[in-house]
Amino acid sequence: MAETAMLRKRMSVSASESPEELRPPAWSFVPRAFAPLLVGTVVAGILYFFVQPAIGGFGSNLLLFAGINIILAVSLTIVNGFTGQFSIGHAGFMALGGYTAAAIVYYGSFKIYGDASFHGGLVSWTGRAGGFRGPLLGSGDLLFVGATVAGGIVAAAAGWLVGLPSLRLRGDYLAIVTLGFGEIVRVVLQGTDEQLRRYDLELIRSTPMLKLMNKLGGALGFIGIPAYSTVFWVYLWVAIMLIVAVRLKHSSYGRALLSIREDEIAAQAVGVNITRYKVRAFVLSSFFAGVAGALYALQIGSINAGELGFQRSFEILIMVVLGGLGSVSGATLAAIILTALPEVLRFVDQYRMIVYSLLLIIMMIVRPQGLFGVREAWDLFRRRRPRGGA
Amino acid sequence: MHMRAKTLALAVLAPAFLLPILFLVVGCEKQSSSSSTQPATGSASGGAIKIGHYGSMTGSEATFGVSTDNGIKLAVKERNAAGGVNGKQIQLITYDDQGKGQEAVTAVTRLIQQDGVVAVLGEVASSRSIAAGPVCQREGVPMISPSSTNPQVTEIGDMIFRVCFIDPFQGYVGASFAKNQLKLDKAATLYNRSQAYSAGLNKEFVNAFEKLGGQVLIQQAYADGDNDFSAQLTAIREKNPQFIYIPGYYTEVVNIARQARKLGVTCPLIGGDGWVSEELKNAGDALDGCYFSDHYSQEDKRPEVQDFLKKYKSEYGKTPDSMAALGYDAANLLFDAMKRAKSLNGHDLADAIASTKDFKAVTGNITINEHRDANKLAVIQKIQGGQFSYYATVEPPK
Amino acid sequence: MTQLIQTLTDGIAVGSLYALIALGYTLVYGILQFINFAHSDVFALGAWLSFTIATWFGLAAGSGATTPPWYIGLAVLALAMIGCGIVGFLIERLAYKPLRAAPRLNVLITAIGVSLLLENVGQLEGMFRGHHFKIFGPYPKAMPALIPDRVLLHFAAVQFRLVDAVVLGTALFLMVAIQWLVFRTRLGMAMRAVSFNHNSAALMGINVSRIISATFVLGSMLAAAAGFLYAMKYAQLKQTADNVWVLLGLKAFVAAVVGGIGNIRGAMLGGIFIGLIEFFGVAYLSDKYRDVYVFSLLIIVLLVRPSGILGKATVEKV
Repeated sequence: MAETAMLRKRMSVSASESPEELRPPAWSFVPRAFAPLLVGTVVAGILYFFVQPAIGGFGSNLLLFAGINIILAVSLTIVNGFTGQFSIGHAGFMALGGYTAAAIVYYGSFKIYGDASFHGGLVSWTGRAGGFRGPLLGSGDLLFVGATVAGGIVAAAAGWLVGLPSLRLRGDYLAIVTLGFGEIVRVVLQGTDEQLRRYDLELIRSTPMLKLMNKLGGALGFIGIPAYSTVFWVYLWVAIMLIVAVRLKHSSYGRALLSIREDEIAAQAVGVNITRYKVRAFVLSSFFAGVAGALYALQIGSINAGELGFQRSFEILIMVVLGGLGSVSGATLAAIILTALPEVLRFVDQYRMIVYSLLLIIMMIVRPQGLFGVREAWDLFRRRRPRGGA
Repeated sequence: MHMRAKTLALAVLAPAFLLPILFLVVGCEKQSSSSSTQPATGSASGGAIKIGHYGSMTGSEATFGVSTDNGIKLAVKERNAAGGVNGKQIQLITYDDQGKGQEAVTAVTRLIQQDGVVAVLGEVASSRSIAAGPVCQREGVPMISPSSTNPQVTEIGDMIFRVCFIDPFQGYVGASFAKNQLKLDKAATLYNRSQAYSAGLNKEFVNAFEKLGGQVLIQQAYADGDNDFSAQLTAIREKNPQFIYIPGYYTEVVNIARQARKLGVTCPLIGGDGWVSEELKNAGDALDGCYFSDHYSQEDKRPEVQDFLKKYKSEYGKTPDSMAALGYDAANLLFDAMKRAKSLNGHDLADAIASTKDFKAVTGNITINEHRDANKLAVIQKIQGGQFSYYATVEPPK
Repeated sequence: MTQLIQTLTDGIAVGSLYALIALGYTLVYGILQFINFAHSDVFALGAWLSFTIATWFGLAAGSGATTPPWYIGLAVLALAMIGCGIVGFLIERLAYKPLRAAPRLNVLITAIGVSLLLENVGQLEGMFRGHHFKIFGPYPKAMPALIPDRVLLHFAAVQFRLVDAVVLGTALFLMVAIQWLVFRTRLGMAMRAVSFNHNSAALMGINVSRIISATFVLGSMLAAAAGFLYAMKYAQLKQTADNVWVLLGLKAFVAAVVGGIGNIRGAMLGGIFIGLIEFFGVAYLSDKYRDVYVFSLLIIVLLVRPSGILGKATVEKV
């Protein structure tokens, strides 16, 4: 059925319609994404309610970080993989999103509840398994979800600010600018004022939210954040991320991005406004990096900009390249592998990082195209067939 | 490309199903190969009591993690040679966290859930203790931080302890020593803005010094990775202070002192326990006549101190820094509590640790107070000719 | 006034170190168009090799230590440069060469891998089959003084020291030597040809592979020299995985980009420029944002003049 609709559309292209008119309106994304989102929610629920208790605390800990890394890797894939732009400042966006969400949840909790303890429901319970009796959702969850989205939006805004001027640059120069941006974010966050604490409740209540945004803890990092982000929330966002990425890749937008990656000049020649597309990809990618940062901060309960420097950006970049530039499933798999790898390598003890770096070098040499190249995992099963009509 | 809902579902499901499989693989792996640093003492697995240590063993902060681990290992070795605790050998499992909060959380979760340790030792950096502390609190496993000085670390909950000074105390020690004993009124400070230890100590010193009637003329800062301090020192020189408080680690102090002297800054430099290291001798005469606050004096005749110094030197071929001494003390305090505890159950053990009184540790007699911090005296060491020696004792504020 | 002159001298002294490291980035970038992220680790290796070699000569840091005759310093420098040259050669042969045809991002990741490898191998210390061993170890060490600590010149409260003069002198000498090598010798001509176009260079009978190796060796030797000079000036060497090395490397790289990457004079100019910006920023604005000044400058320069101060604007070939 979907195919006939597609066919009809394609036929109408030949009837001299412009591609702009062909594109469905933006809002139609909502009903079309509904079914997969529902599947994603169910999967996240299964992971949270059934898989997590089965694999225990350590396993679910890795599951959580793997999920956050998937969001980071796939979001960077949109910029590095689809659009072919070097960005090595991804951790900077993550830090921005993380600090924003942390500040909103932390100071917001004080303003609303008078303390920074947990006010969520069962799906947000990060404490001891079975230690929570209460409704599925609590009022704190609203604050949490809002903060996560706000973190994404702040990161996206920063992405727009950085992207607009610098995406005119090519190749390595863009890489250097994003690197510089990431370092600036780190230094500025480390230079913020001391965090207000529960003894300063009155001060917190009387200070407007925006003014609290420079009291982010400085060198110690932002701490004492009530933890909300569970396997459920993380994998709900993973689902959203994957849906967006996969849909994007196969949309006309995505093809425009891929065309920029293949050849900017040719893309420009066929009418792709390359700066605009690059900036949009960058903003989208930053948004999800910010969300991942928010999930990270609200999972650990603290966030430290000192750990979100260029080394972290490199880790994300490694996932993208290892997965295969432009492959969503590749980035996903690479994120999982690279989250688990340091744990698997524990047995080599102090040689762990040496083995890790050697594996990285060897992987790049023996399989430069990454795990899947530009293809997806499911393409591997029908390799023999000629590639689709796009 | 045809985009069907089925493919999409696959996109979502494929990774989701891969995950548990992978983690089961990881799960099997670690049962067989815990990276234990326990020397083969025979009765390793069966009756041994497992304790965990997480720290930055690799990466940019390895200096501190490795020192702490050396101290802990020495304590474990001694204890096992002396018959262990309650007749059982101690097995130490050390996990590296690469100096990252996320890794610290994973390492501590693994120690508790997979290895089943009864207590956790770590971390040096307050930010990582704060990241991983909640895991210990939630799982009901006591954690003793050897050297996280930020007051907020033990505020996590009743499972979190420490054996080092807290910043407000050490800041007071530096301020009161300068103001009351050296009779100096005009200070400048130079601290590491990106390290919580340094920034926290600086703040507390400034508070205390001003409260005592002193005057802080200028506060300058540097960041991790800075190596040239001449700009800050030049700015300090312009103000002409009577001394400079430098609450950093010895890894930077040697360079700061040398550069200060080259710039003609001759006033004494005063620091905290981060200075302790035999590396100070490398500053040549640049640190002559400078002071720092410390936990204990190496000339102290107490047997704990002299024994520890001798054993550490023979084991590792160098004198211990603060991190090593505090690691050693944290482990020994834990063993002492284990002996007294009703059982090795987390809450019993935490109660035993909390009731520690006048425990004879290398870094002074430790009493755990109601905030689960260590009450102990501070000593002031004076540096001369690259060696440091006992100068004064400072009491806690009344 | 004193502060101004002090800041100026410090900025230039540190800037000349940046310039030396930047030369290594620029040489490699000019030929392979790739950011050698492992370069800062070769620089760290240079400093640590200098330290190790100096201890072989029986020298030690600390009070009362005498400075050895000048030729010992020179020997340490030469040996460190040879050591790093060999390491640079091996890195290129083993890690980068197999990726000659691969996308640049792969080479970048490999460079990160090499960087991690060097950092962590350098910090190794422990037991292996019952034997205690150590590469450089995880502790910072103090470099023995190889240059007498003497004040050459007084100006108000500003002192010009022999160490600074040696750092500046050696840096300038090496820069002139590189300039001569690249523009006045056959090897330099070959290097320029390769950087222009690999295929045409090969057609002219140039052994491209050998030239690339030579470039890496040269860059690594310069990094070693910078490491040696760094150790002379700052005495205390942090362990190899410490951020100090990477940050210095990054700033040097920024210097190379600001000056116009691929351009040798640009690297020198950029190095001094970055050193001055950094020191004036800290002295006159705020000590809070040291690295922010450097990276902001980078972003501004790239936006206004994407190819750097001395770089030529290139048109990307279709």
